[in-house]
Amino acid sequence: MSDSTTKTPDGNWTPRIVAFFCNWCTYTAADLAGVSRMKYASNIRVIRLMCSGRVDPQFVVDAFAKGADGVLIGGCHPNDCHYVEGNYKCLRRYQMLKRMIADMGIEPDRLRLEWISAAEGEKVRRVVNEMVETVKQLGPLGIPAKFEQWDKEIDALAEHVAASEGAGAAGSSGQNKPQTAHTAHV
Amino acid sequence: MSKPKVAFYWCASCGGCEETVVDLAEDILGVVEKVDIVLWPVAMDFKYKDVEAMPDKSILATLLNGAIRSTEQEEMARLLRRKSQYMIAYGACAHLGGIPGLANQFTREHILKFNYEDGPAMANEKKTRPQLVTEENGRTPRLPALTNVVRSLDQVVEVDYYVPGCPPTPKITRAAVTALLENRLPPKGSVIAPDIALCNECPRKATKPANISFREFKRPHQAIMDPEKCFLAQGVVCMGPSTRSGCEAACISGGMPCTGCFGPTSRVHDQGLKIMSSLCSNLEPKDEQGISAVLQGIPDPIGTFYRYGLAKSLLRRKVNLPTD
Repeated sequence: MSDSTTKTPDGNWTPRIVAFFCNWCTYTAADLAGVSRMKYASNIRVIRLMCSGRVDPQFVVDAFAKGADGVLIGGCHPNDCHYVEGNYKCLRRYQMLKRMIADMGIEPDRLRLEWISAAEGEKVRRVVNEMVETVKQLGPLGIPAKFEQWDKEIDALAEHVAASEGAGAAGSSGQNKPQTAHTAHV
Repeated sequence: MSKPKVAFYWCASCGGCEETVVDLAEDILGVVEKVDIVLWPVAMDFKYKDVEAMPDKSILATLLNGAIRSTEQEEMARLLRRKSQYMIAYGACAHLGGIPGLANQFTREHILKFNYEDGPAMANEKKTRPQLVTEENGRTPRLPALTNVVRSLDQVVEVDYYVPGCPPTPKITRAAVTALLENRLPPKGSVIAPDIALCNECPRKATKPANISFREFKRPHQAIMDPEKCFLAQGVVCMGPSTRSGCEAACISGGMPCTGCFGPTSRVHDQGLKIMSSLCSNLEPKDEQGISAVLQGIPDPIGTFYRYGLAKSLLRRKVNLPTD
């Protein structure tokens, strides 16, 4: 995700949504939607995990930080988890994560958790389409562009310092490349 | 041969890190014997122009504490970086943004307005605020500007080593200074503390349950604590499982849970999210309402899980705040 927004061929913004689907239910349901030739919005990038309990909150926030406009998590219905407890763990983390992203200025509706069983191909189609609509209403999140905007203040000062130090020190500001959060975690 | 030169500098910090240097007690004499201190504003009188006059890389190491949140701090960080062979982020604020990093939840305007106008202890009818440039008796004093974003040191200049803690303990300070003087330094970019979670050296480790299942979260002032038992077993948020060890469980030995000042271990990108993931997944309820009720026991997740690490977290700052 090098650029922070996704554009349609006519140049309009369209949401980019990262989906974490569990191997046993929701990913299989997405597969079913595929083989049933159901059509749903193409804004979604599915990442298959073994269980919704594997969705580390770091994955979700990292997706937002790297340019996702929304994140969708799909897991097995309660009592149906292949690993017995994974979806409950996911639900508990999700509830706190919703509060935390809201506190950090991200609309909570950009994150959604749905239980979708392997037989519910139709539900995949509906949820994905709904999610795309919701995120379209919210507009672009564009966090990478915000990081750039925030760091303009230090870039400006770096230039000012380099200029006041004269030609003798011109090389040193280049050597001391700062490590910002979005370059640090590659 | 002349002694190696060392500088201490402070930015957005409380002064506690400077106190740790003093806490080395008589060991400080051994350090002073081996090095020349060329800059230490809290204790000795040096002028910035003395530093400017030094050749580049002539200081062996600068130990800089405090976050970077003003133009002056940023200029000094850049200047000292250029003059020093090693730049060492000393203490939680330089390492992670620290407590000042929590200001990344608010705009600069909000902070200035509260502190100079709305604060309950404020009597400032004219709503006077510090001016960057003023005219007074023919002089024009200038003040540094606050930046919009509070930054850790490595978000401004390249950092060679980190000495963690709020403040770093005398023991790890001594270890860092010794490693530096004896030239036994770990790989560049290392945090000079063990790369394992605090629970490993916690005196209450034996009472940590294998399976934790929270029915409620209590804050330390809301219950009488068992002084021997793991805080997690008592339903209290303890950052130990996601925090680097090295402090010898100082807070826990004093009867308070870990708040995470040593930062995460090297495998964790975002300390706050990692501990949230660990604690919140282990609740007893399985239904939405029950889960929500237990989670209400953590009223301020940002302040709890990002006590020291907000500026270095994945999002760094509340993302919908403007910059001006």
